[in-house]
Amino acid sequence: MKSAVIVFPGSNCDRDIAVTLTKVTGHKPEMVWHRDATLPDGLDLVAVPGGFSYGDYLRSGAMAANSPIISDLKKKAESGVLTLGICNGFQILTECGLLPGALIRNQDLKFVCRDVNLSVEQPDSVFTAQYKKSQVIRIPVAHHDGNYRADDDTLQQLEDEGRVAFRYCDENGNVDEDANPNGSALNIAGVLNSTKSVLGMMPHPERLADTRLGGQDGVPMFESLLERLS
Amino acid sequence: MTLPNESITKEDITAHGLTEEEYERVLEILDGREPNLIELGIFSVMWSEHCSYKSSKKWLKTLPTEAPWVICGPGENAGVVDIGDGLAAIFKMESHNHPSFIEPFQGAATGVGGILRDVFTMGARPIANMNALRFGDINHPKTKHLVAGVVSGIGGYGNCVGVPTVGGEVNFHSAYNGNILVNAMTVGLAQQDRIFYSAASGPGNPVIYVGSKTGKDGIHGATMASAEFDEDSEEKRPTVQVGDPFTEKLLIEACLELMATDTIVAIQDMGAAGLTCSTFEMCSKGGTGIEMNLNAVPIREADMTPYEIMLSESQERMLMVLEPGKEHIAQAIFEKWELAFAVVGTLTDSGRMVLLKDGKEVADLPIDPLAEASPEYDRPWVETPKADVVAPDCVAHGDWTESLKKLIGAPDLASRRWVWEQYDHMVMGDTVQCPGGDAAVVRIHDSERGLAITTDCTPRYVKADPFEGGKQAVAETWRNLTATGARPLAITDNLNFGNPEKPPIMGQMVGAIKGIGEACLALDTPVVSGNVSLYNETDGEPILPTPTIGAIGIIDNLDQTATVGFKADGDAVILIGGADTVTDGWLGQSLYLRDLHSIEEGAPPPVDLAQERVTGDAVRALITAEQVNACHDVADGGVAIALAEMALSGDIGVTIDTGSDASAPWLFGEDQGRYLVTCGADEAGDIVQAMTDAGITARQIGTTGGDAVSIAGGASVSVKDLRDLHEGWFPSYMAA
Repeated sequence: MKSAVIVFPGSNCDRDIAVTLTKVTGHKPEMVWHRDATLPDGLDLVAVPGGFSYGDYLRSGAMAANSPIISDLKKKAESGVLTLGICNGFQILTECGLLPGALIRNQDLKFVCRDVNLSVEQPDSVFTAQYKKSQVIRIPVAHHDGNYRADDDTLQQLEDEGRVAFRYCDENGNVDEDANPNGSALNIAGVLNSTKSVLGMMPHPERLADTRLGGQDGVPMFESLLERLS
Repeated sequence: MTLPNESITKEDITAHGLTEEEYERVLEILDGREPNLIELGIFSVMWSEHCSYKSSKKWLKTLPTEAPWVICGPGENAGVVDIGDGLAAIFKMESHNHPSFIEPFQGAATGVGGILRDVFTMGARPIANMNALRFGDINHPKTKHLVAGVVSGIGGYGNCVGVPTVGGEVNFHSAYNGNILVNAMTVGLAQQDRIFYSAASGPGNPVIYVGSKTGKDGIHGATMASAEFDEDSEEKRPTVQVGDPFTEKLLIEACLELMATDTIVAIQDMGAAGLTCSTFEMCSKGGTGIEMNLNAVPIREADMTPYEIMLSESQERMLMVLEPGKEHIAQAIFEKWELAFAVVGTLTDSGRMVLLKDGKEVADLPIDPLAEASPEYDRPWVETPKADVVAPDCVAHGDWTESLKKLIGAPDLASRRWVWEQYDHMVMGDTVQCPGGDAAVVRIHDSERGLAITTDCTPRYVKADPFEGGKQAVAETWRNLTATGARPLAITDNLNFGNPEKPPIMGQMVGAIKGIGEACLALDTPVVSGNVSLYNETDGEPILPTPTIGAIGIIDNLDQTATVGFKADGDAVILIGGADTVTDGWLGQSLYLRDLHSIEEGAPPPVDLAQERVTGDAVRALITAEQVNACHDVADGGVAIALAEMALSGDIGVTIDTGSDASAPWLFGEDQGRYLVTCGADEAGDIVQAMTDAGITARQIGTTGGDAVSIAGGASVSVKDLRDLHEGWFPSYMAA
């Protein structure tokens, strides 16, 4: 499996995702600087990592979405190269149009870092194949702007096409307001593009893929990718 | 001499905080010549309390700073300790108290930025941040605003640079109403053969400026930090710097990238007193001089004067000396990271700092006399009178369950989740023990070893008895590290006091430093870095003396550690250390007396350092031998609070059974040097016996299980009720 991680000025989860990709898949991803014009050839997966690209100045992800590497990222993603955006990566993917909607400031205006429960809404994707429908998994969030918003038609379309990958829920799988850490519409934590080859999510699966760090619920995502790609 | 000499006035001298005697010394150094305004400004910041340690130097010299594992003690940007495998831990704690009171978000944020720079300047990648915060009374009208601002400032900076904030302290007391404390600590990791120092050597070598451009912010911040506050302090807002964590992140990456090449001779961040302090310190240490062209300094505004350029405290800037001819290597890296880069000067052998602007000399000062002849005062001090020991029956003790419920939800003991959930405490993927335990544990990347990190101080003890309080602050960090299974290595001290020109305040500092020194010797944890913050007074009211200690320890095997929470039903709970009693306890200066009986009196609990060492070493051995499955030190609130915290963390109850009536002084007394551990019921006897044989008090005081904290045959409080009180206080306080 050949993967790449794009590094923007201000990315800070680039090492974390590289460590997890290496650990689970056995292959080290290539680190690609945002000013490069193209991604390497023959890629199976591009990861857009978390962090504060350009300090979140202007709007989270807005400046990174105009980096030189983005045009090739879009080209590759549209041609079917799997693309995973985590946290700031999700914000960048919405800003550059690969995913619908936007991530705005958390409802209570505070940064939030804690483990949350997610309900797996769409196990039929290359990212989620090793989870079961409605399985409850525990994954950390760490963000200031994770409040997912889209217009009603878009939200309806996401629901109709089964493109909501994860929703915030309680430990029993109930999707309600109390379990929503940031005010996201319909408790949406992650969304897929129409071909389900691009996933953006606010929670950090790469942070819970190591028993030493308290859990392994993020591992099946990377195993799903590995199985489908090898 | 063709220096511009817009003659200075008496008012200029006073406004720059120099005393008459100090000004006499200025004239001596300049061979009788009057300084111009630029030079006066430079003397002022270099000799400010903040930069020169003029009141504390005499006493700081008494602290133990050496051990075989200390690579670099105080005097550099941060302390460096050998942690094995060719690696070094580099760490320091520093205050940003005055700016944080005036502008809490930026004050706290730039405090974090400054301490990060002190650590990565030396070649370390920062791996953890911590902080110790003291706020005023919870009912003071400013407190909530300050808590919200400081917490979001710390989070805003640390989260963005991508260094986990893994813990800290938050306490409240009316003595901090007009002077909050924001003490920030950073720990970094470096290769021992890639550590960078600040001595600027090699006349002819180029001097390079990198990072942010210089603006008009923070001018005279160091002088502000060296004076008391009064009602006009709000007007000092323009002296607070503004932080840019994004630039800091780029600076970290660019510096570490450059440090991997053999290019840098010396490097120092521009902190307090900006360009002035960094050039003086670097040249003084290297025995060189410097000629600097101020036209080359990257600036934000066109009309900046030499005075402003030299005294600006704009953030995220570094000064370095490179090997000649290698400027292009550095330039390429800094351009990649989109940071300012400029060759601003050259080292000379003159021993003087010569500043040029528009081709003309604007200042010419001797370096060593100015940097090293800074005043050192032996300020008069008086010892704090000893307080009486408070008798255990000094108050009528009520129902213990009510006392426990009040204390577990009290402002100083309630859960700090509201705070640390605003900090990214997991980024970098190595946080093994999150905030909420005795110490944070961070894995050493790509290994199975870890660093334990903690900060501690109990200011009410220090106020009652500075010497015992100083000892206790060090001992508590040592205990907290030990409770995770770590072997303590070294400390950093952040000494926060009031006005040292008042003999009782000076006496607090002297007593605390003596206590710290004694504990460091007994516990083998030298002081490797530190910071002093004085003049923490508003309208003549001083803060509680607060010598915050930050400490690190090494864990050689992450499989051999302990956490606070109970692990299973039916485990034996053993109290190790302290005196052999179940009916008595030390109530003087306890939270029990302060929060439940409004009594802030008496002598604080004494620390027996020899016994502390023996007890802690034995507890650590139990942990590393995997004979115990949970460990927690007994601190604020005593045995009852420690048990409740273990129950909350593990979500398992406990029944206290000591064979006789557990008294309130025993439950809530704060006797020192004690730990609670749990083990399988069958192993308890052996552990108690082994401790007793080693001369350490130990007894089983209860058994885990159920869903309440109870006394056998007596009353109980459900873990759920305790949780609601413990978790409820902070969010409801901040929301109200």
